[in-house]
Amino acid sequence: MQRGHYKIFLGMAAGVGKTYRMLQEGNAEADAGRDVVLGYLEPHERQETTDQARGLETMPRCQVSIREVAVEEMDLPALLSRAPELALIDELAHTNAPGLLHEKRYEDIADVLGAGIDVFSTVNVQHLESLNDQVAELTGVRVRETVPDSVLGSADEVVLIDLTPEALIARLRAGKIYPGENIDAALNNFFRIENLAALRETSLRQVAEDVESKRLIFSQGEALGTREDERVSADAPKAVGERLLALVRPQASSQRLVRRAWRSAQRLGTDLDLLWVKPPGKPIEGEEERQVTALRQLASVLGARLLIEEHDDLVAAVARVVRERGSTYIMVGEALPKRGLGRLREPLPQRLMRATPPGVDVRIVAHRGFKEGEG
Amino acid sequence: MIEHVLVGVALFGGLAGGYLISRSRLRGKRSQRPDAVHQILLPFTGTEVSRRALDAALRLARAESATLMPAYLAQVPKSLPLECAIPNEAKRAMPMLEAIEQRATAQGVPVDARIERGRSYRHALERLLKREDFDRVVVPASASGATGISGDDLVWLLRKAPAEVLILRPGPEDHRVVTALPMGRKVGL
Repeated sequence: MQRGHYKIFLGMAAGVGKTYRMLQEGNAEADAGRDVVLGYLEPHERQETTDQARGLETMPRCQVSIREVAVEEMDLPALLSRAPELALIDELAHTNAPGLLHEKRYEDIADVLGAGIDVFSTVNVQHLESLNDQVAELTGVRVRETVPDSVLGSADEVVLIDLTPEALIARLRAGKIYPGENIDAALNNFFRIENLAALRETSLRQVAEDVESKRLIFSQGEALGTREDERVSADAPKAVGERLLALVRPQASSQRLVRRAWRSAQRLGTDLDLLWVKPPGKPIEGEEERQVTALRQLASVLGARLLIEEHDDLVAAVARVVRERGSTYIMVGEALPKRGLGRLREPLPQRLMRATPPGVDVRIVAHRGFKEGEG
Repeated sequence: MIEHVLVGVALFGGLAGGYLISRSRLRGKRSQRPDAVHQILLPFTGTEVSRRALDAALRLARAESATLMPAYLAQVPKSLPLECAIPNEAKRAMPMLEAIEQRATAQGVPVDARIERGRSYRHALERLLKREDFDRVVVPASASGATGISGDDLVWLLRKAPAEVLILRPGPEDHRVVTALPMGRKVGL
């Protein structure tokens, strides 16, 4: 049986909206005709969350008695027997009451996934085992319920639910996270702005490789979808002023030019566009198609944008793109030695200089092969 | 007189015909070239590549007039979309690819480099194998597993790769690696 699809909503702290977002997406799936059930929900008496859960089928819970106190837990056998297409299971780091099949809820989830059921779940960053010490150091609060990092690693999708510390504290003050009597205690302990800022940074680091991730969140805004995510992108430092355009062809030799251009873009802290001016009417096929795919992949790895313009006049096409994209640098590869009447033609860099707006620099990247050959 | 003219016309016709035939054959050969896939894949991870493996790949490529395809395998954490930009990995990959290209160019071997993403090195390899065609794969076996490509990955590669796989057994020269200088401006071997 094929394992179910696993999506985790990751947040920096309670109250950022993980459960709400999970329910929102669960509702969207149900509206699209999928069989969705609420495997387990921790509404924490939050009205918005409870409202969002309304309308979704909720699985009955099982009762476990601990020292004569009845505790409600997710009923795993009932969920497996109900076998929905998608199960929403809150708080994957939860420790089950003794006597249940598994000690931890993430182990229950593994069974559900194993049964071919898709799962949406939630977790806070401080529950990740490898970050537990770090978070405890940052916030002075150590959580007992941890999950191995491999749990997050096993997810097919991880959605970061981000919120600025200020916005989270505003939500707390408005009573949207804890009941009134607990607000002051929360503000004085865990929910301090420096704690939340550190946790936010930790969770951002967790889902991103480096500072560039903030820009990535911006580009993935559609998928992440919350207003808070947009706020992250707005906060992210973004270099403006310079923009690099590299003229490429679907040839292996263009890769060196791309490498050079990317390095320059990194130094300038600016964006990189790759442009191929394709002769009109000519289909992209065979080796050319393979090389275009390779260039597209490389652009995607580097966070650059590959533009393909169909035009019979290279210089005119480049000039148009330079104006549209606001490019300030153009990088071109060294031209092949000209033959015949081609020798009488003005070199490309000069033609580009004349056609593009004043102030646009043109840089020629030497072809290593020529030099080696000449030497 | 007319005979001389006829002989002249026939001679000219023959020469022109010969020229056209040889030109069309040359064009035919040129047009065949891109379709004939002749590539040697050299997958690697991290910031160095075994010099033995690179030299072996270059020797093969030179002998067979093949293109060397060095491929940097990058792991993308599950927390990020698989197709996302990976600037940190790219920073590691670029100087390495530059160093390999420099060495290959010096030996007259054409290079067509790749950076392939995956959830694991094996996954990256799998994606690369799906996308590209190779005649050979050259990969160093590392006793320490320091290359990032594990023994299990090599077994998997042997089973799955639709090409000849050349696994170089660990040797005394394995301390010799091709690496890029830290500043990235110039590359060293």
